[in-house]
This record gives sequence, structure tokens and C-alpha cells, in this order.
Amino acid sequence: MSNRPHAAILILVIAFVTFLLRFLPFFVFSGKRKIPDYILYLGRVLPYAIMGMLVVYCLRQTSFSDVSLWIPQALAAAVVIGLHVWKRNTILSILGGTVLYMVLVQAVF
Amino acid sequence: MTGERKPVDTETRNEKPSKIVMKAFLKTLPVFAAYEIVGMGFGILMSHNGYGPLWTFACSLFIYAGSMQYVAVDLLAGGASVLTSALMTLMVNARHLFYGISMVGKYGNMGKFRPYLIFGLTDETYSLLCDDADIPAENAGLYCFLVSLFDQSYWVSGSVIGALMAGALPFNSEGIDFSMTALFITVFTEQWLTNKDHRPALSGLLASILCLVLFGESSFLIPAMLFITVLLSVPYAAARKAQPADEDRPGKEAVMNKEEGPEYE
Repeated sequence: MSNRPHAAILILVIAFVTFLLRFLPFFVFSGKRKIPDYILYLGRVLPYAIMGMLVVYCLRQTSFSDVSLWIPQALAAAVVIGLHVWKRNTILSILGGTVLYMVLVQAVF
Repeated sequence: MTGERKPVDTETRNEKPSKIVMKAFLKTLPVFAAYEIVGMGFGILMSHNGYGPLWTFACSLFIYAGSMQYVAVDLLAGGASVLTSALMTLMVNARHLFYGISMVGKYGNMGKFRPYLIFGLTDETYSLLCDDADIPAENAGLYCFLVSLFDQSYWVSGSVIGALMAGALPFNSEGIDFSMTALFITVFTEQWLTNKDHRPALSGLLASILCLVLFGESSFLIPAMLFITVLLSVPYAAARKAQPADEDRPGKEAVMNKEEGPEYE
């Protein structure tokens, strides 16, 4: 656990940037200006790239030095993908993968 | 949800407030279930990382952006820098620009409701309000406000319930952190299935893995975000170069050939 004042500052920063992104179009458009195409383009394609980055980010501490350290993640990730391709139900995919992962790290490995 | 309902109320000019409240409430029911559950997951995760109900409450009240709050748990717990956190928020929430752009007209004259409507423009609230013609213009401000407010109240209550529950979970919660990984893999898979162009998704995945290998787990995020931005800019620049005559809309037809915004959690 890190220090609390820093955590509070981070929450404010995250809230502020989120707020800024939501307000920017309204602010910019009120002056009849146009948001640059490049920014619009990035706004459209970034979400897809960023999801890939977030998946890597979540799994960044995975170690390959021992099978028990990466097999649970790999199996659970495969189950999430499989469940989602099969049922396309977000809650089911998340719950299924998480429960499997918890069982694996607690009882198997 | 509203597929078969006809816009019967467009003639009744000013509806009773109680009727507006009911309408807004019914509209938000699908979001109710999702926000309570995903919110609870967030609260449990926060507690699991040493941040109690008040921290959870503050996040859901002030940040109010689902995916980003899950990322925030990690940023808080790992003591990330202000710069990393700000850039991460910028990248993860960039899609909100789109929601704003398509709501400029609709939210433009909603007076006192406007600031909160803009603040509360999450993926789900946007999806409920962007195509809603079912309400007379006189009441639109109040109606949109209520839909937004109901949605946030589900999110805040769900996450606080999760945070309160976390201490009393009747099972060993080791490994519950994987819920965040599972959430992002699910969204990634969903985007993969709904979108034909896999280049952005692959760019993100491969650039991040490369940067992770090169820079290590504690400092790969900023290089990865820069690298991703550069990679994504290449097709844009190429398309722009291919159409030098069209000064006003450089590369728009070639690159922005999809009208709808991104599918997202």
C-alpha cells in the first residue's frame, strides 16, 4: 500500500483528465471551431489499441520462470476468450475467468 | 429496449415530473444490473488493495469512468507517478471525445443540467441517450439529467456495496485481482469480434509487449503509449499524403471510414 496523500492526488488527476476529455468537445465547439481530424482519428482507433495495452499491463508481472507462475493466467485468459466468443456475455466471461483463476491459484498451484 | 415502442408522447407537451422520473428509471434498468455488478467488482478490488469504502466512494463519485477506475486501483496501489496516471487516463478515456462530439447539439441548450450531463457521459449513459427521441423537448433536460443521475447512483452504490462486502467475503479472495484482467480481455475480445480492422488492436498488443520486454514492468507504460500513438499515426499520415488535394478533410474518407464510435465496455 502506498501513501495516502499521493493516492488522493492521483484520484484528482484521473478525475480531472476524464472531466477534461468529456468537456473538451463542448468547450471547443461553443467557439464554432472544429476538432482536428487527427484528434478525431486517434479518438476512434485508440480504444482498440489501448485495450491491448491494458491486457499486457494487467499481465505485466507474469513470470515465466516456473509453470505455476504463468499457467493460471494463461488458462483463465483462454477461458475468458472462449466464454466470450461462445456466449458474448460480459459478466459471464469476467466471472468465469476470475473464478477459475481463484480456484487455480488457491487450490491447484 | 425501446424497439417496439412508438414515440406516443411527442404530442403531450409538458409531462408530469413523476412520469419523467418513471420513464428515466425504466430506461436505466439494463444499466442498473451491469453497474451494480461491475461496480461491486471495483469496490472489492479497492478493498483488496487496501483502500476502503470512502476511497471507493470518492473514485466513483469524482472519476466515474468504469474501465479507468479499474486501472486506477493498480495505479494507486503501485504508487504510479502523476504523469503516468494522467497519460493513462488520456489514452483510456480518449473515446469520450466522441461521445461529447455527438452530444454537442443535444446537450447544447439544456441549461442548468448541462454541466452534470457532460460530466456523467459514460459509455452506458451515452448509449441510452444518444438515440432517444422518445421525450418532448420541454422535458428533455430533466429526463437526460435523471437518466445520468440514476446511472451514476447505481455505479456509486454498487461500488460502495462491494467495498463494504469485501471485508466479509465468505471465501478466500486470493486471485480476485484477475477480475480486472478478465474485464479487459473480455472487452478486447468483444472489440475483436465486432471490428474487422484488427490493426489498432494488434498495434496496442504488440507495441506494449515489446516495450514491456525493453523497459521492464515498472516503466514500460509511457514508452508503450508513445509507440502506440506513433504506430496509429502511420496509416493516418499515409492516407493524408495520398489525398493532398482535399485540404479540408485530409485522409478522412480513407481512414475514418467507419461512422460509429468504438464499441467499449
